[in-house]
Amino acid sequence: MPTSTSPLNSGNNLISDQFPAGLRVLVVDDDPTCLMILERMLRFCLYEVTKCKRAEVALSLLRENKNGFDIVLSDVHMPDMDGFKLLEHIGLEMDLPVIMMSADDGKNVVMKGVTHGACDYLIKPVRIEALKNIWQHVVRKRKNKWKDVNQSGGFDERDREKKVSSDADYSSSANEGKSSSKKRRDEEDEADDRDDSSTSKKPRVVWSIELHQQFMAVVNQLGLDKAVPKKIMEMMNVPGLTRENVASHLQKYRLYLRRLSGVSQQQSNLNNSFMNPQDSIFGATPINGIDLQTLSTAGHLSPQSLAKLQAAGFFSSENSKLTFGEGQLQHMSSIKPMNFLHGIPTNMEPKQFANFHQSAQSFGSTNTRVNASSAKRSPWLMQMAQSQPRGHMLNENINSHTTRFPSSSMQPTGSNGISINSFPLRCTAGSSSSSTNGVFHAEATSGIKESGGFGYNIFNELHQKSNDWDLANIGLSYDASHRANPLQGSIDVSPPILGNRGFHSIQQPRQNRDGMNQGNLQNVGQHLNTPFVDNSLRVKSERIPDTNSGINPFSDQFSQEDLMSAFLNQHEDIGPIENEFDFDGYSLDSIPVYNRSC
Amino acid sequence: MEVGQMQRQWMGYMKSLFMEGFLDGQFLQLQQLQDENNPEFVVEVVSLFFEDSERILKDLSFAVDQQSVDFKKIDAHVHQFKGSSASIGAQRVKNACIAFRNFCEEQNIDACRSCLQQVKQEYIHVKNKLETLLRLEQQIVAAGGSIPMMEWN
Repeated sequence: MPTSTSPLNSGNNLISDQFPAGLRVLVVDDDPTCLMILERMLRFCLYEVTKCKRAEVALSLLRENKNGFDIVLSDVHMPDMDGFKLLEHIGLEMDLPVIMMSADDGKNVVMKGVTHGACDYLIKPVRIEALKNIWQHVVRKRKNKWKDVNQSGGFDERDREKKVSSDADYSSSANEGKSSSKKRRDEEDEADDRDDSSTSKKPRVVWSIELHQQFMAVVNQLGLDKAVPKKIMEMMNVPGLTRENVASHLQKYRLYLRRLSGVSQQQSNLNNSFMNPQDSIFGATPINGIDLQTLSTAGHLSPQSLAKLQAAGFFSSENSKLTFGEGQLQHMSSIKPMNFLHGIPTNMEPKQFANFHQSAQSFGSTNTRVNASSAKRSPWLMQMAQSQPRGHMLNENINSHTTRFPSSSMQPTGSNGISINSFPLRCTAGSSSSSTNGVFHAEATSGIKESGGFGYNIFNELHQKSNDWDLANIGLSYDASHRANPLQGSIDVSPPILGNRGFHSIQQPRQNRDGMNQGNLQNVGQHLNTPFVDNSLRVKSERIPDTNSGINPFSDQFSQEDLMSAFLNQHEDIGPIENEFDFDGYSLDSIPVYNRSC
Repeated sequence: MEVGQMQRQWMGYMKSLFMEGFLDGQFLQLQQLQDENNPEFVVEVVSLFFEDSERILKDLSFAVDQQSVDFKKIDAHVHQFKGSSASIGAQRVKNACIAFRNFCEEQNIDACRSCLQQVKQEYIHVKNKLETLLRLEQQIVAAGGSIPMMEWN
C-alpha cells in the first residue's frame, strides 16, 4: 500500500495524489472477528492499519506516537474501557477524528457518540463502502483547523507558529498545524458563552494543571451554577487570560462533569468498597507533617511553593497529625487550600488535560516514588506515575507510605487525591510513598466504577492495600466519610484515585460546594465506609465534627483537585492502574497548584 | 468432479444459504476481501469466528446457569456475539441474538435460557454450512479453479 513517507508528508496524505491511500488508521475492537474483518477492509481501502484489541493499548499507542495516526475507529462496547471514554481521551489529548462503531444502533448510543465528539458512528456490521469514505473526516478536521487559523484576522502569529510547530506532521501548506486544543474547543462548541472566533484570535492559553486548579478553586468558590466566565476570569486574575478562554474551558469542564454524572451513579453503586479508601484519603488531614523542607531539598518543591504551602498553613504543626477523627478535622480546617502541587513545575503543554490527567494518574498509580532525581515528579504526583507499574502503583504507594511516613504525615486523603498529600512531603527524596495521596485523590472518583478504568483498579488496589497501612502511623482517619468538608472533594470522587473519573468527584463536590460538605462526605463516607472497614484504613464514619467549618475551603480544594485530575485524566480509566502515564512530555511537576485563600 | 462442476455446486450451495437466511450480504463482503494477496481470508475469518463463538457460548452458558444471574453480563456477551455474527454474515445467529437481548432486558431468565439454546442451535447450523461451503471452496482451489464472485441483492 502506498504510503507517503517523505518528511513533508509523513503520514499526511492530504496533498498526496494517492490520498486517501496511506491514511493511517487505528482500529480498536475487542472482538477478534470484527477486528480482523475491519483490518482487512481498511487495508482493502489502501489505508495503513494498526489494530488494537484494547483501548488502553490504543491510547498508549496514540500517546507514544502523537502524530502517527490520522483517524481512529473504535468499538463502543469494550470490556476494559468504554469506547466513549476512549473517545474523550483522544479528543482531549490528540484531537484526532474518531469514528465509533457498534452493533448497537439505538438512538441513545448514537447520540452519545455525538455528544462525546465522535465524528461519525457506524453500525455494525460495517461495510467496505462505509470505510472507503472515512478519510473525509480527516480532511474535514484539518480544514476546520485551517479555517480557524485563517479566520481570526488578528490571529496571533506566534500562536499559529506554535501550532504549526507542534504538528510537524502536517507541514503541507494546507495544514496550519494541528491545534488540538483549539480544535477541541471548536468541537465542543455547544453554544455556550464561548466566542469561537475570538478564541482563535487570542494567544493560546495553556491550561496547566496549576491554571486549572485555580480555575476549579474559583469555580468552587462561586458554585458551579453561578460560575460565569467573566467572574471566573476576574477571580482567577491571571494576566492574559480572557473571558473567552475561561468560557471555553468552563464549557469543557461542564461537559466533563456532565459525563461523569452519568457514570457516577453507577459508580457509586459499585464503589462502595472503594469509597473508603477514598474517604480516608479525603478525610485525612492533608499534608500533615509534610516535610516541606525535605521536599524542597529534594527538589520537588520550589522555594516559592514551600513558602506558599507554609503560608497556607499546610505544614503547620497542628496539621501535622493526620489523625483520624476529630483531631484531624481540626487540622483540616486549618488547612487551607494550598497549592499542593506548588512545587511542581508546570510544563504543561497544550494537551494539558491529558497531561494532567496523566500526572494525576501517576499520582495514584505510581504512588510512591518521590524521587528527588526525577525532575518531573512533583513529590506527589510524579513519583507515582513514573516508577510504578501502573496497576500497582497505588498499592505501592500505600505501602510505602506506611513504611515511610511517620504517622502524622499521612495525609491520606485529605487532599482528594491530590497528591499533595503529605506523603511525599514527608518522604525524603527517595521515598516514594507520597504519591499515594495523590492517588487517592484523583482516582477516587472515577475509578471505581469501571473495572477497566485506572481509577478503579487503583482504587481497588488501594483499597486492598490500605490494609497494609499502618494506621497508627499514618493516622489516616477515615472518618472522612463524615468529614464532609475535607472529603468533599474526594468523596465525590469515586474511588478511582487515578482520577480518571475525576469528574465524578467533581460531581459531588458540586453539591457540596454550597457548603454542604457534610452532605457529600456522608455520601461518600458511606461508600467508603463499607469497604474500608475491611481495610486497616478504618474509616470512621462518624466524626467530622470539627471539620465542617473550616473544611469547606479544604474540601473545595479537594474537589478541585479532584476535578482537575478527573478533568484532565479522562483517560485514566484504562485498566487497572494502567496509567498511560506518558509523562514524557509533561513534567509531572505541573501539578496544578492553586492558591486559595480560604 | 471437474472444476466447473464444483464451481456450480458451490454457487448453488451459496444461493441456498442465502435463500434460507443462513448468510446475508455481509458474507459476500468477506468474499470480496479475498484476493490473490489474501487467498485464505474467508477461511481465516470464519475459523476465528468459530473460535470466538465457542468461547462466548461457553461464557453464556456459564452465566445463565448462575444462581443469581447477571443480566448485564449476559447482555454484554450476547451483544458481542451479535456483533461478530453480524460481521460474518451469519444472519440467523444474529437474529437469535437480537431476540436474546430483548429477553435480557426483560430479565426473563427462562426465556434467556431458551434463547441461549436457540442461539446455540443456529450457531451449530451455520457452522456446519460454512464448513461445507469452505470445503467446497478448498476443493475448487485444489483443482486449480477459482471461487466465483457472487453478488447478492
